[in-house]
Amino acid sequence: MAQYRRIGVTQNNDVAIVSFNDKKILDEASIQELGAELFGLVEQQKMGDILLNFTNVEFLSSAALGKLITLDRKVKASKGRMKMCNIRPEIFEVFQITKLNKVFDIRKDETEAMTAFS
Amino acid sequence: MTESSSHHDSSSDQAAWQKSLDLPSERGASRLIMEELLDRLGEHGWAGTDIFSIHLAAEEAIVNAIVHGNKLSADKKVHVECFVSPTTVRIEITDEGDGFKPEEVPDCTQDDRLEVPNGRGVMLIHNFMTRVEYNEKGNRVLLEKVRDT
Repeated sequence: MAQYRRIGVTQNNDVAIVSFNDKKILDEASIQELGAELFGLVEQQKMGDILLNFTNVEFLSSAALGKLITLDRKVKASKGRMKMCNIRPEIFEVFQITKLNKVFDIRKDETEAMTAFS
Repeated sequence: MTESSSHHDSSSDQAAWQKSLDLPSERGASRLIMEELLDRLGEHGWAGTDIFSIHLAAEEAIVNAIVHGNKLSADKKVHVECFVSPTTVRIEITDEGDGFKPEEVPDCTQDDRLEVPNGRGVMLIHNFMTRVEYNEKGNRVLLEKVRDT
């Protein structure tokens, strides 16, 4: 089983539910590590359906957004699906301002997201 | 690193905090000022959502100065000056680079740029602060937020 430092991963049916260990995702080194762990879910672990649960996350810099964009692209390229949930209003505002809410499938909570997967 | 700070309380002025310091041009250097800035914002009565906005704008601006302005050069510094009062926050960031033209930064919200991983910092800065001004050269930026009354 893979060991992760920046994320926690659980399975629900065939969906990999990912939580974030850091409340503030802004440090360059952490973001690099986070990116590597997220990409590994697709590239090494071959997980098709991924749900990113942002419950813990209080802050996100634009460098972190970049990793999410790259992850989304990798998931789509491998014919998988990625959704996000439990994003705080101030962080959701960042997605809206940058129009990334048009790129990402963002749901209110895990229940809504899991329904959308099925 | 040089730094100076003052805590000024006066019955005729609003209480305010000021600090200036030089950051090294290394990734993560913003941590040398950010925690203190955020603490001072809280102490001066700024709401959580405003603190988030100021944090994000300041973080993006400092990273831009380090990475794009100073190109991560060990011999270059980023000079930061902060001012926090109950109504106004000002953060001025100066790098030692050649400057840039903010009007030439591509619009990251265009459909053909939406999936580019980078290029959102300047837009976020403008969105979260009430006033953003550059010097002519483009190596200094002033971020200002005035609290909604």
